[in-house]
Amino acid sequence: MTEYIYKKINALVFGMLGPDIVRKQACAKIVTPELYDKEGYPVDGGLMDVRLGVIDPGLRCKTCGGNLRECMGHFGFLELARPVIHVQYADIILNFLRCTCKDCGKLLTQKKIELTEEVGEEEQQPEDDFVASSKKAKAVANSLRNVKKCPHCGAKQLAVKVEKPTNFLEDDKRLSPIEIRARLEKISDEDVGRLGLNPAFARPEWMILNVLPVPPVTIRPSITLETGERSEDDLTHKLGDIVRINQRLFENINAGAPEIIVEDLWDLLQYHITTYFNNEISQIPPARHRSGQALRTLSERIKSKEGRFRHNLAGKRVNYAARTVISPDSKIELNEVGVPMVVAMELTVPERVTEWNLKRLKDFVQRGPKTYPGSNYVLRPDGKKKKITDETQEQLLEELQPGYVVERHLMDGDIAIFNRQPSLHRMSIMAHRVRVLQGKSFRLNPATCFPYNADFDGDEMNLHIPQTEEARAEAEVLMEVQTQIITPKNGLNVIGCSDDSITGNYLLTKDLEFSREEAIQLLYSIGVNKPERFEKFKKNVNGKEIFSAILPEDFDFIGNSKDKKLVVVKKGYLVEGTIDKATIGQEKGDLIRALCARYGNDATLDMLGKLFRLGIVVLLHHGFTTSISDTDLPEDIKAKCKEAIYNADRRVAQLIEQYEKKELESMPGLSSEETLEAKSMEVLNKARTKVGEIIAESGLKENATIIMAISGARGSLMNLSMMSACVGQQALRGKRIENGYRGRTLTIFSQGEVTPRAKGFVKHGYKDGLTPDEFFMHAITGRDSLMDLALRTPKSGYLYRRLVSALQDLKIAYDETVRDANDNIVQFTYGEDGLDVSKTEGGKINVNRIVKEIMGK
Amino acid sequence: METQFNITEHFLVPEHIKLTEEEKTILLNKYNITIKQLPMIDIKDPALKDLNPKVGEVIKIVRWSPTSKTTEFYRVVVDG
Repeated sequence: MTEYIYKKINALVFGMLGPDIVRKQACAKIVTPELYDKEGYPVDGGLMDVRLGVIDPGLRCKTCGGNLRECMGHFGFLELARPVIHVQYADIILNFLRCTCKDCGKLLTQKKIELTEEVGEEEQQPEDDFVASSKKAKAVANSLRNVKKCPHCGAKQLAVKVEKPTNFLEDDKRLSPIEIRARLEKISDEDVGRLGLNPAFARPEWMILNVLPVPPVTIRPSITLETGERSEDDLTHKLGDIVRINQRLFENINAGAPEIIVEDLWDLLQYHITTYFNNEISQIPPARHRSGQALRTLSERIKSKEGRFRHNLAGKRVNYAARTVISPDSKIELNEVGVPMVVAMELTVPERVTEWNLKRLKDFVQRGPKTYPGSNYVLRPDGKKKKITDETQEQLLEELQPGYVVERHLMDGDIAIFNRQPSLHRMSIMAHRVRVLQGKSFRLNPATCFPYNADFDGDEMNLHIPQTEEARAEAEVLMEVQTQIITPKNGLNVIGCSDDSITGNYLLTKDLEFSREEAIQLLYSIGVNKPERFEKFKKNVNGKEIFSAILPEDFDFIGNSKDKKLVVVKKGYLVEGTIDKATIGQEKGDLIRALCARYGNDATLDMLGKLFRLGIVVLLHHGFTTSISDTDLPEDIKAKCKEAIYNADRRVAQLIEQYEKKELESMPGLSSEETLEAKSMEVLNKARTKVGEIIAESGLKENATIIMAISGARGSLMNLSMMSACVGQQALRGKRIENGYRGRTLTIFSQGEVTPRAKGFVKHGYKDGLTPDEFFMHAITGRDSLMDLALRTPKSGYLYRRLVSALQDLKIAYDETVRDANDNIVQFTYGEDGLDVSKTEGGKINVNRIVKEIMGK
Repeated sequence: METQFNITEHFLVPEHIKLTEEEKTILLNKYNITIKQLPMIDIKDPALKDLNPKVGEVIKIVRWSPTSKTTEFYRVVVDG
């Protein structure tokens, strides 16, 4: 079944196909452009000759006897009536013509040139050797380009030019491929070596084609359309043209046709062969289909994103994968993924039949592909794969025995690999447990959105099902969500609470109180079932107690909340402080990190899920709404804000007045205009901050928008003050909006005006509404940031990709050095301090805390 | 062109020290490497001007590091 090859590749040589090799490897000589006879059978000596391989089911290859699957295809060849230049080698041919004598074929120099020098005792590495010698060959070629007289035979050398793509001119006289070939043949093997080719594998005259290899039909299969018509591959079309012209050329030469006709046909043959190799040469029109679409010939098959390398070799497609839209479900665990039923019935997990599970798997086969949970395929021990259908079902049920493999439907608890592009992180691909759900979208816990950078505005994600025991084990141990809570970037948690769950926990731990029954109901609904804890609850339960019910009984923690106040957990009880973004949030949740360090990933993930749901359930019970009225300000505060802005306005007016009277003292290094600008900006920015402060201190604590801002769930006080009071200065590239060609931003202003209003200071808030000119200024910055984002994202993505490919195979060796794939040292100690950042707290080791912990115990 | 001042004394130029043959062998043994696996420094590097370097010698560079205050780096002298 499996073939093992006990050979190791020692060396690889690239060379050209010489005419002898082409003839030798060929299995058929192509003589006719016809493809099929009247019965639709391939013509002997045609381009679809059965000796070149088979693409029709039922036919057998005449060369190897294999059928459709077995035969890989065989090359044929075409004898050309006249030699033709290979376009892709035109530059090299030119080089050879210029560097050698037209008469004696010797290199145009008397100096001895050796490309490979004898290097001391130390062995030179082959790649160094190669790079050095090709560099030298280039230098030699350049130095000999303009030699006028052959130093060996004294023949005068004429300048050879190339008229793109394949015409060679010597002093305006055209050189025919026959002449060129004759010249190249004269060059000795040593001279070929000196010009950078290895004559054993690449003689220069091979760059002029005498025979054309005809690729096997397997690389240019024809497609049968629904109408029964056959549509040939582009390459077959092109080869047909070549064969036809070649045939006509033969006939004309044999019939002794005039030289002009022969030359014309020869040029046509050259054109067809040129476009056969490369149909994107700029000097000649591309060969087209009858529909006008350009043919996709050899080099286009290899090149670019849709070519063989980037499309087929670097970007292979896989089976056992699914892709759909994602949607949130906070009721499933963090390490689960909701899989739609349709997907679960299509994707399968192979399960090997043993004595012990025979009955169970028989039931799966019995249910078949249409009832869940059933199975789609049965694999026989001989490797045959059988689809379970109504016809095959009974037979398969009967023969099922240990050694068979059943591909059963995906079920709850199976391991799946979940991914969202762009996969910039290792956390962009994580393993989840399957949870089969109704609906048609993948479901994921919103807490895992952050590492995937996912939202639900139409994002799609991919799901892969590992098919071997080893792959499943590896995914489980290395990739499951709980193993990824702490990022390797800086040792902080990437998975944490966000948005509503932060608001909920904040409100709960701040000053909420529930009745005993409510509290137990709340905790029970999120999956906390700790009767011992519930028994301790009094008639009214404090929010902190409810929160603490999730924590382990022996957990101690001291940290800070977002506003730098102490948060203390003692023996599993939150005794001081409120929970917010700084303790349970993403990227900086100190509490989560402490839990993770103390109780391990699995327990932390479980608690995290509960914390998340707790926050949401609290909001559900308590009620939480943010609305436009949140931006309402009391009259006195409104007046204060207005006053602050008015003062700033007046202050800028004063500055302008001073400047006009030339009383404004210039700041060091600035002209008086620049001083005015800098000072105005400072005043306006201060005004903006002042307004923010007024609102922050106004005592509007019970406002939903402010609660969200303080707890770190969403938005900031700045956002609030922009809505309710003043949007502030609109900045474009760090400056105020600049005056245009006519010395002003808008025609309603006078020329050279530098008042706050004319330079884009928006003194209204969004709720009050912007004046038309303010709106315009705001639109300027809005458009700029939109453009900026649209242009920067792809650029930075590309830079990141290049960085990754530059660093991809660096690794830390056992001696802590950083080495590349060849074991060259890149860094003598990893990071120069040898620290594993993923084990640190934001890049630093907190020695004090460690000492305290050890001494405390 | 002659430089107007001694660049090795500039604060941005780290200290370059030539290793003796003995130290070189110890270094190579320590990391279990051949001389080719070391990072390189050009023989014409201005910082090596006073050291009179030869191809194949190893230069120790002691420089400031944001993570560990000072760090040692080794480079083998190469030509071109």
